[in-house]
Amino acid sequence: MIKVENLKKHFDKLEVLRGIDEHIAQGEVVVVIGPSGSGKSTFLRCLNLLETVTEGRVCVDDECINDPKVDVNKIRQKMGMVFQQFNLFPHLTIMENITLAPVLLKKMTKEEAKKRGQELLKRVNLAEKADAYPVQLSGGQKQRVAIARALAMDPEIMLFDEPTSALDPEMVGEVLDVMKDLARSGMTMVIVTHEMGFAREVATRVLFMDQGVVMESGTPEEIFGNPQNERTRNFLSKVL
Amino acid sequence: MAGLREWAAEFGADFYKCFIKDDRYQLLLSGIGVTIRVSLIAVAIGILIGFLIALCNLSNKKLLRALGGIYTDIIRGTPSVTQLMLIYFVIFAAVGIPKWIIAGIAFGVNSGAYVSEIIRAGILSVDKGQTEAGRSLGLNGQQTMIHIVIPQAVKNIFPALCNEFIVLIKETAIVGYVGLMDIQKAGDFIKSATWNAFMPLFGTAVIYYVLIKLLTIAFKKVEERLRKSEVR
Repeated sequence: MIKVENLKKHFDKLEVLRGIDEHIAQGEVVVVIGPSGSGKSTFLRCLNLLETVTEGRVCVDDECINDPKVDVNKIRQKMGMVFQQFNLFPHLTIMENITLAPVLLKKMTKEEAKKRGQELLKRVNLAEKADAYPVQLSGGQKQRVAIARALAMDPEIMLFDEPTSALDPEMVGEVLDVMKDLARSGMTMVIVTHEMGFAREVATRVLFMDQGVVMESGTPEEIFGNPQNERTRNFLSKVL
Repeated sequence: MAGLREWAAEFGADFYKCFIKDDRYQLLLSGIGVTIRVSLIAVAIGILIGFLIALCNLSNKKLLRALGGIYTDIIRGTPSVTQLMLIYFVIFAAVGIPKWIIAGIAFGVNSGAYVSEIIRAGILSVDKGQTEAGRSLGLNGQQTMIHIVIPQAVKNIFPALCNEFIVLIKETAIVGYVGLMDIQKAGDFIKSATWNAFMPLFGTAVIYYVLIKLLTIAFKKVEERLRKSEVR
């Protein structure tokens, strides 16, 4: 579903990604872990071209998104993204946040989008907040709305960039629950997170990144139970 | 007491002479019309030019940025009276457009340079994450700008824009230089005709003050509506 070949990313002189080869299949829940500055967020952001790719290829369903001929906007519609800082649109109500893209991109009529929006809000347990504005919501609620907003485009893949890192501890659970629910429904997901417990429970595969490369990849049992790489062991000993 | 009564009588007489006699108030009324018409055209053109120049200045194309820079530089570096007279007597010298429209264009061209800086600041004030969220949903750059960035930018810069428009209205008091009879010119005309300086100039000041006060109240109302999404 997503094929990454020799992905490199430089910010001026700084090499953030130094050649990543990865294949993410449909239905996989890939959790990316690693120390700060290891390039995991950049890797995720390269998948939907929020960062330009310096070298290499990123292909989604056989279309390479960094090919200049490809319509990136079309491909992004298939990939939902959830940000650390939620990035809800503060000038719109919760319902408008969810319906804006589907209506604008002519995926649905306004009525259909609203109906779908209501279903999605119910799914993230926020049905009563449709007419509220983002500022009236708690962090956990905002992030659940952000997930619903991304789902409104019926994406095939969901990308999560440290979705719980900006939350108060007591709100982390409610967001992770929504994500677990999504994983169980068969959604293909790529998640950058520091929640090791969540990674162990939900991931079908864990990538350990450091210094701009994937150091080790395997099932949660392999990575957490019996890490092969020295750096992985070192990292896990600090966070677990 | 007697002094006060005398003063009041004299004030009444001056008031009569300057505003009532020979229907002089008509001059001021039509002056208000001129000021308002010139200002409206200027505000519309100012927003249009300001927006275009702001986009130029934010563009990643060098040529557009240079163009925007030159425009702002020239307009800010020359007096608005000079610009008004240049546009009126040189650029539109041989064109049969009503005077007030030409004046409106001149003030719009001037205001555009200032508005562009306000709009640029407004667009930059919207968090980058907003653009990223819009693009990640599949919106193109233009849709993201129109539906996500600009509504938030407008809210942020609304007070600064209002301020610019108030300055602009008062700035139009120089249209007398190209022979238009606005509020200021009407007051000046009455001053010459009556040999009385205080009453017509005081009247002129009061009219400008009231106009701008009304506008300020209207702006406040609009701003409250814009801030609707911030209720807690």
